[in-house]
Amino acid sequence: MNAPSPNAARPLLEVRGLRTVFHSLAGAYAAVDGVDLSIAPGEVVGLVGESGSGKSVTGFSLMRLVDPPGEIVAGEVLFEGRDLLSLPESAMRAIRGDRIAMIFQDPLMTLNPVLTIGEQMIEAVTEHHGVGERAARTRAIEALGQVGIASAAQRLRQYPHEFSGGMRQRVAIATAMLNQPDLIIADEPTTALDVTIQGQILHEMQKLCEASGTALLWITHDLGVVAELADRICVMYSGRIVETGTADDVLDAPRHPYTAGLLGSVPSVNAPGSRLHQIDGTAPPLSARPTGCPFRTRCGNVLPVCAEIDPPLAGPVPGRGWRCHNPMPERDAA
Amino acid sequence: MTLDTTHREAPNLDAPILEAPNREAPILEAPILEARGLVKRFSRKPDIAMRLLALAGRPIDRRTVHAVEDVDLAVAPGEVVGLVGESGCGKSTLGRALAGLHPPTDGDVLYRGKPVRELTRAERLAYTLEVQLVFQDPYASLNPRRTVRQTVGEALAVHGLAPRGEIADRVEAALAEVGLDASYASRYPHEFSGGQRQRIGIARALAVDPRFLVCDEPVAALDVSVQAQVVNLFMDLREKRGLTYLFISHDLGLVRHICDRVAIMYLGRIVEEGPAQALFSDPQHPYTAALVAEIPDVRRRKRRFTPIAGEIPSPLAPPPGCAFHPRCPHAMPVCRETRPALAPVAVGRRAACHLHTAPGASPAAIATTVGVPS
Repeated sequence: MNAPSPNAARPLLEVRGLRTVFHSLAGAYAAVDGVDLSIAPGEVVGLVGESGSGKSVTGFSLMRLVDPPGEIVAGEVLFEGRDLLSLPESAMRAIRGDRIAMIFQDPLMTLNPVLTIGEQMIEAVTEHHGVGERAARTRAIEALGQVGIASAAQRLRQYPHEFSGGMRQRVAIATAMLNQPDLIIADEPTTALDVTIQGQILHEMQKLCEASGTALLWITHDLGVVAELADRICVMYSGRIVETGTADDVLDAPRHPYTAGLLGSVPSVNAPGSRLHQIDGTAPPLSARPTGCPFRTRCGNVLPVCAEIDPPLAGPVPGRGWRCHNPMPERDAA
Repeated sequence: MTLDTTHREAPNLDAPILEAPNREAPILEAPILEARGLVKRFSRKPDIAMRLLALAGRPIDRRTVHAVEDVDLAVAPGEVVGLVGESGCGKSTLGRALAGLHPPTDGDVLYRGKPVRELTRAERLAYTLEVQLVFQDPYASLNPRRTVRQTVGEALAVHGLAPRGEIADRVEAALAEVGLDASYASRYPHEFSGGQRQRIGIARALAVDPRFLVCDEPVAALDVSVQAQVVNLFMDLREKRGLTYLFISHDLGLVRHICDRVAIMYLGRIVEEGPAQALFSDPQHPYTAALVAEIPDVRRRKRRFTPIAGEIPSPLAPPPGCAFHPRCPHAMPVCRETRPALAPVAVGRRAACHLHTAPGASPAAIATTVGVPS
């Protein structure tokens, strides 16, 4: 329903120069190192990266849920023009779970094991809105019905352990949708689920977000899922966004060698039985990032300049860019 | 047609006649490993409270998990067979039973044509060494207190496969084969990344010169870019050593890529089996059709998801008739009553679905199991 153009509307969320470090005895290491990101109302943005790329820490930083030894040290997170990073904690609490909600890979992170589903969902409504418990219960039943949970009124009396993994994730999604937030940050919500259950959850999320105009930041390592879901894609590597653009641009005409390498390693784009295209090596640890471009030690396009100058994010139009001195040749997006 | 669910087909009449395009046709040889009517059930041992209640005359509730039910599957030398299913379908249990880690409750595992329980001592040792396992979790499958050299070299020492003095060399050779530096031999597992640990697990399996690797979700825990490296390693090893694989995975994209033949499991039983390319392009069971529709595709954009409903029922209480009928959009009255047999549906292909045999039913419906993305 939304045009996949970043310029279509004033961004709902705009992140500028976000930097989150983790302190250790040996010093502070940046897990998120200067991330810029913008999400339009109702837009689905995929944030793709491997483990350690900083994609989850980015999600937590947007919600200001980074605990020590982690610390957000720089940047702005503008939500409808207001900088969330400079809000008092009480104002941030009012936004969390109401205007911005989060869903995690493990739904047990969201659900309290000693409270019934109903108690948790009702509190999530009454906490933010001055409505009675009866109205909140009605809202909770409605939300559970929307994610395909049958006999919702009975299910409200049950505890999280009485639900299967897929059902728990539905409860987490229903809880996130309770107050019809403007933005949902979903951190690998389907990774732990079986394929047919993953399909069901993606279906529910897509339907709900379109119906309520909720924007979605979908954090994942799975390019296949993002391709089928997202309007725009940001690829993260070593704490930075190394490529960004529309799903068509990034997936059909990748310019950063890392994006191209990730796409090439997907089995379905290789001839059956052939060797997969592979990116050699592994991502460097935060404590031992190479100078210059952090990808240069694994890159097939490496130039001498890559060791000296960290390439900035640049591109032909706003919303399309890559960090590379020697990008992949230009191709047409299909 | 009446379907006798206890009936077992004579194995191999219809099995591996392989038509894998773009690949050398695997040789039709006697299977290296075969499951014949294999059953594996797990039941809870009665604890003291239950035994006391039993003494008091209360019936013991011995809940039994039907992990693997009546499975026939043969793997010929040189083949890569994929075993696919969702969690709880029994694919890992079947893999472990084939590798000899679980004694079957009923039925047989045949090693080179002979039931494992009838093997002589020497044959049993050959079976144990020739069939090796690679596990999913490279963090849990290596002993954290042993060096790589101890882990990789242990079987060589225990079975006296190499003189003491040569074990270090054999370990280094195995490490080199999986792309690890010989200097890593004296390190401990915590010093390695996930991908490196999986390579160590593969080196451990290779050290005893196996013919057959049972790989249980070997790349599921790895990052995307590292997955490709390990998959390539498996393919290189197949070529160099002529290894045979049983590749257990829930990742259909990967299975389609590397396997010659695929068996799909649902709630303890194989519901479809056939050559990989044919099975994926033209599923003959509604569950396969549903799984294939869910393979994420980087070339597909803004898909309308219309997935199959429901979840896998509990293996403690499998539904009567066809186990898939509560989720199947094509379910007919016969599906609720009679379990369909896994029967040949085309050359080299078997499926367990009444749509192939019931009067008035058409297998053409299978292609419409999941709504086509609009």
